[in-house]
Amino acid sequence: MLANLLLEIGGSVSALGGGIGAGLAVMGAGMGIGKIGGSAMEAMARQPEMAGKVQTGMIIAAALVEGAALFAIAVAFLVASN
Amino acid sequence: MKTMRYNYFIISILALFLVTSSAKASEDSGEKFDATSMIIHHIKDAHDWHLFDTKNADGTTHAVSISLPIILLTEGNLDVFLSSEFHHGQHEVVKGDRIYKIEHEHILETSGKKVLDFSITKNVTSMFLSAILLLVIFASVASAYKRQPNAAPSGFQNFFETLIVFIRDDVAIPNLGEKNYKKYLPYLLTLFFFIWFNNLLGLLPTGANMSGNIAFTMTLAVVTLIVTNVSGNGHYWSHIFWTPGVPLPLRIIILPLEVIGIFTKPFALMIRLFANITAGHIIILSLASFIFIFKSFAVGIPVSAFMFVMTCLELFVAILQAYIFTLLTALFIGLATEEPEHGHGHEAHH
Repeated sequence: MLANLLLEIGGSVSALGGGIGAGLAVMGAGMGIGKIGGSAMEAMARQPEMAGKVQTGMIIAAALVEGAALFAIAVAFLVASN
Repeated sequence: MKTMRYNYFIISILALFLVTSSAKASEDSGEKFDATSMIIHHIKDAHDWHLFDTKNADGTTHAVSISLPIILLTEGNLDVFLSSEFHHGQHEVVKGDRIYKIEHEHILETSGKKVLDFSITKNVTSMFLSAILLLVIFASVASAYKRQPNAAPSGFQNFFETLIVFIRDDVAIPNLGEKNYKKYLPYLLTLFFFIWFNNLLGLLPTGANMSGNIAFTMTLAVVTLIVTNVSGNGHYWSHIFWTPGVPLPLRIIILPLEVIGIFTKPFALMIRLFANITAGHIIILSLASFIFIFKSFAVGIPVSAFMFVMTCLELFVAILQAYIFTLLTALFIGLATEEPEHGHGHEAHH
């Protein structure tokens, strides 16, 4: 029943699937990058002289996680545009 | 507050008003604003460089654009003409026995012949522009070194020396080792600056979305694939086809996975750059279309401020994605050219 309701609002199953997929992907990216940022903050607070290296590593890890999430966004876009 | 800083503040506030007022100006057009087609038009490649729209005396919009040459190869016949002959898609162009029409920036031949499109499109022109920019800047930096080899650098040379030394000391040497980083350093530097300049040019108003073009990123990823695998030594290939430190049945399973892994790493590079840049452009354009949909100052001013913040983020993403592409390329080349340690005690192979 919920699926029918969503279908009415969404308009077509593929657009619905694309939207839900993109949302889930961004959720995963947000959680991942949040965890990276949190542990980086903690490490910088514990050992301030390593802050530069920790920050560099954080940026690199965040970019890799973001890349994976953007894979999913690209797929969701393809699905929604069919 | 210093006078100069006060001026910048005033100008930025005024700029926020500009965007909202330009949206109000189109209020009387009557038709509903189509956000999707506007966004897609700004992301995609085009056969002419669209600058802005003006209104004719009778109220219809007239697009002002620089028309670029179209080069088509249809069954052995080369046709070269300017895209202005299409008159923005309303006219059909006749060359000999071939009739071309353009639909959504896709050129078709009316009798169904196969058309190979080698046109100088907006993205190609932007690529030429960034190549010329790179040549001019780096030729001047190199000649500054030649003229005075031991002088303290200044100006352009100073700025680019910082970045070049950063790539050499923090990207190339840690990943490729002291002995053979020099072979690959030109490629890494080209990759970094080319991607960064293209990202920045895409962010300018009327800029072409070059790094958000998947063909561009695919070409860079293919070059990385070729460089990595051509410079792979025996150690690298033996690890792929016959992973050491692993029982025999697992080796048979790991073999196809490792072979696929050769291709997925550059594939991820391609998707990462393409999606980051395109997503950034879509975010900024979607925010702009908010203003055009709601057409009120109450929406316009906070959205314009948000657009400014997003553009700053996009500037950061521009250099970050160039750095990540270069870093991962250096990492892959380093993994491929790694010398085995003495004794080859690789029991803990990841």
